[in-house]
Amino acid sequence: MGRRILIAEDEPNIVTSLEFLMRKCEYEVCVARDGEEALEQIEAFRPHLVLLDVMLPRKSVFEVCRRVREDPRCEAIRIVMLSARGRDKEIAKGLALGADAYVTKPFSTRDLVAKVRELLPESV
Amino acid sequence: MLQGWVIAVTSFAYLGLLFAIAYYADKRADAGRSVIASPYIYSLSLAVYATAWTFYGSVGRAASDGVGFLPIYIGPTLMIALWWVVMRKILRISKENRITSLADFIAARYGKSALIGGAVTVIAVIGILPYISLQLKAVSNGFLILTQYPEIVMPAKFGAVPLMQDTALWVALILALFTIAFGTRHLDAAEHHEGMVAAIAFESLVKLLAFLAVGVYVTFVVYDGFGDVFERAAASPALAPILTPLEGVAGSYSSWVWLTILSMLAIMFLPRQFQVAVIENKDERHLSKAIWLFPLYMLAINAFVLPIAIGGRLQFPLGIVDADTYVLTIPMAGREELLALLVFIGGLSAATGMVIVETIALSTMVCNDLVMPVLLRMKSLRLTERPDLTGLLLGIRRGAIVLLLLLGYLYFRLAGEAYALVSIGLISFAAVAQFAPAALGGIFWKGGTRRGALAGLVAGFLVWSYALLLPALARSGWLPIGLLERGPWDIELLKPLALFGLQGLDQITHAMIWSMVANVGAYVAVSLAGSPSAEETRQASLFVDVFRRSGDAGGARFWRGKASAPDLRNLLVRFVGAEAADGAFAAYARARGLAWPREPLPADAGLVHHVETQLAGTIGAASARIMVAAVVKEEALSLEEVRTILGEASQVVMYSLQLEQKSRELEAATAGLRAANERLKDLDRLKDDFLSTVTHELRTPLTSIRAFTEILNQEPDIGVAQRQRFLGIVTKETERLTRLINQVLDLAKIESGRADWHESRVDMREVVADAASAMGQVFQERGIRVELKLPERVRAVSADLDRMTQVMQNLLSNAVKFCSPGDGHVEIELCEQAGWLRVDVRDNGPGVAPRDREVIFDKFHQVGDTLTEKPQGTGLGLPISRHIVEHHGGRIWVQAGAPGAHGSAGACFSFTLPLLRDAALEEAA
Amino acid sequence: MGEFETRGQRLIALCLLGCLLFNYPILAIFNLPGTVLGIPVLYAWVFGAWAALIALMAWAAERKD
Repeated sequence: MGRRILIAEDEPNIVTSLEFLMRKCEYEVCVARDGEEALEQIEAFRPHLVLLDVMLPRKSVFEVCRRVREDPRCEAIRIVMLSARGRDKEIAKGLALGADAYVTKPFSTRDLVAKVRELLPESV
Repeated sequence: MLQGWVIAVTSFAYLGLLFAIAYYADKRADAGRSVIASPYIYSLSLAVYATAWTFYGSVGRAASDGVGFLPIYIGPTLMIALWWVVMRKILRISKENRITSLADFIAARYGKSALIGGAVTVIAVIGILPYISLQLKAVSNGFLILTQYPEIVMPAKFGAVPLMQDTALWVALILALFTIAFGTRHLDAAEHHEGMVAAIAFESLVKLLAFLAVGVYVTFVVYDGFGDVFERAAASPALAPILTPLEGVAGSYSSWVWLTILSMLAIMFLPRQFQVAVIENKDERHLSKAIWLFPLYMLAINAFVLPIAIGGRLQFPLGIVDADTYVLTIPMAGREELLALLVFIGGLSAATGMVIVETIALSTMVCNDLVMPVLLRMKSLRLTERPDLTGLLLGIRRGAIVLLLLLGYLYFRLAGEAYALVSIGLISFAAVAQFAPAALGGIFWKGGTRRGALAGLVAGFLVWSYALLLPALARSGWLPIGLLERGPWDIELLKPLALFGLQGLDQITHAMIWSMVANVGAYVAVSLAGSPSAEETRQASLFVDVFRRSGDAGGARFWRGKASAPDLRNLLVRFVGAEAADGAFAAYARARGLAWPREPLPADAGLVHHVETQLAGTIGAASARIMVAAVVKEEALSLEEVRTILGEASQVVMYSLQLEQKSRELEAATAGLRAANERLKDLDRLKDDFLSTVTHELRTPLTSIRAFTEILNQEPDIGVAQRQRFLGIVTKETERLTRLINQVLDLAKIESGRADWHESRVDMREVVADAASAMGQVFQERGIRVELKLPERVRAVSADLDRMTQVMQNLLSNAVKFCSPGDGHVEIELCEQAGWLRVDVRDNGPGVAPRDREVIFDKFHQVGDTLTEKPQGTGLGLPISRHIVEHHGGRIWVQAGAPGAHGSAGACFSFTLPLLRDAALEEAA
Repeated sequence: MGEFETRGQRLIALCLLGCLLFNYPILAIFNLPGTVLGIPVLYAWVFGAWAALIALMAWAAERKD
């Protein structure tokens, strides 16, 4: 059965590229344009992994992470943070919020795909 | 009516009233509400200077010498002008060292020397005795004369009376009892006698009123005003000389000068003046009123002296009535019984005031500086081990008071009749003047030593005894009169009244010159010949530099040794009682933030010094030193060490002013630096924020570009359509990146002032129209209606055409972004407003929240955070526009658009530009 | 301290003025027969100058500046 991935990102062109990459890997993809929508989609779409932009409008990434981590049903969800800010401090902050990986923009598509694959092994 | 018993009862009633006043003032003081803490009371208490001598004797002197009595009051007027400098210093020193008397003051200055204290006390007692006897003489004579009413008979006519019938003896004993009741009811740690001061101030009022009453009576009732009195005097050959007396009657000018100097010193160093001026002073600031009130008092009490003297001379034949009694005998001759009684009470006031204060001051000196040091040194008495010494102290003082008055009486019996009142008083003045070199030198000259002071005092006193006391005794018949006429062993040069052949001066001037020569000479010479001990050096510094150091740290710096706090407390308890001792300890502990007695006090130099100062307040500096030394183990500081401490201190003082100045400058500089640093930090933070935002804004398009390039590179088998789409995105993102970089550079250029501006006459109508048409395609794509509201013509502005176009484009693209999709509407309006051109750009988008209306002009501030979709754009358009508009002297802002017309109110961006002046002229032409 | 020092200096100056006024030779100038408003010249001078000096001292001692 296919793995589901939620792309939470507000920059349309980045969404396009991510969507393309994830589909290529035969993941089921859903897109959220802001924090609120991301939370709704997590509830409805039940993704296995979320590609989460740090600077989402309408709900802070902190709020999204907290909600995900508090919900026992979402225990298994992996979170990969995407951010244009690459300082160590910000990476540490993201990981502390509960991210499984932190990817700095601009990213290498190959590395990103590798990371997603690593987090979503075929056999569960 | 003026029988003896009437006078006696009146006198006792008056003394009773005084006692009541004193009692009330003491009660108030105990309740902490002092009645004497007033500059007026202080000034009146200083008037204890005016004694029976002033009251009776001035008239006596004026009757023979004219103005000759005045130097005694002009001198203090001149001296008190110096009090602001001299007395303030003495007050400060005395407060800090808890000085109890004049002897204590001088002894403390010269290394707390018991010897000096004793010498000062002996000189004071011997010197003041004639003065006390003068008061006894005045009161008893006044009483005797008054009892003869209506006859006027001089007491000298009575001849010798048996001891027990001698009024003067009774006066002495009554005054002794009264003084004991006043001054030694209890032992006050601070040696304040508030009740006494209140009573003295009251007495000063009484004697002034009594004297003024008799003055007014003589001048305006007996005679017809001042003019009449002086006219009659001028008409009388016997009296005319006293109107221009200086060359003849009053002696030479030198006599006038020396009397002035003598009284200048007396107002400082009479023990009673020191008592009221220094010991009983409640507040330094009282000086500023006393400086003029006290001279005013003396002016008032002397104004009628001459008319009374002339009146007496005119009324009574010379030699029948003693001129010293005119104040009393003129009202008696006029049958004014009540006035005569009032005068007697006035005289009684003057005499009792002097006796009370003088004997209290002297008894303190006798007790603290003469008896106690001797008793404490007598090991066999084991005084240092007695648990309570307050009783002993009181006993000594009471005994001293009785003794002093009896000695005064003795002098009266031995020598009193031979002299007029004034002459007796001047002998005492000359005695206390001997304290001046040691005391004044001590507070201004650090070089004065203990030996020097002692030598000066002894030399001065010996000369005084020889030139003044000896003749007094000789004239009274107690020594062969030949001593005066031929000199001892017939040596002419040693004649007491013409020492070393100095002749032609009056007795007082002669004695003053020689005693001052001996005193000052010995003080200076011996001081300079030797060198001071460590103790003297330290005390000299404490006295001379009293204004240059603060607080009680002064004395403690010089102490080193071992002590125990309980021992020190026991010591204090024995002299001042447990309550006062605990109070003193608690105060000390409070000042150091300790909760005594729960927390123990460290028995350090500070505590030892505190206890010694407290003790000095009761038994004087010299005795306190002995007592403290008995309970602590002190290591003596060498002279070298004291000098070092002083050297450090004076250097500290010297540098402290400069340091203060420097530290103020430093503070200012620091504040400036701190502000600059804050500004730099702000700028740094802004720069950081800017960089961080710029990188973020740059990374976003880069992310897309890299992602799609990699995709295109790695996925050869994507369809052409998709490939085209992806390449399109890459191109668009690249354009976005370029635009962003251009704008960042542009902004940096404008902000740093390096931008090129090409100003020219610009017609904004054209700019607006061009910008609108340039954006035409965008409007069309989005289905936005554009409406231009341009007037026929507007005046020109001076502006950079390209920049103005840039502003318009920014505002228009901004409007496009926020217009409601579908039925978007943008309106551009141009108008002139009082010398300004105004451009409005309205849209029908969601508008700008009031809190964002200022910040949207900041760099990278996009209101997008709260919107569903992140707005496109760099976030630099508005900041750049603001810079451009402001560079042209205009203003840019945003407000809510006009609601209603096009649905949502939307936003209205406006900016203004100043119209050209000559353009306005052109218009008018 | 500034104010106190000024006050001290003014008062010292007044003391010196007093020493001058009540001394030879100025005193000798007024040691004449004759009267001023019925009062002998010398007394008028001494009391007048004395009162003036006291007034100046009051001014100097009480002045706050």
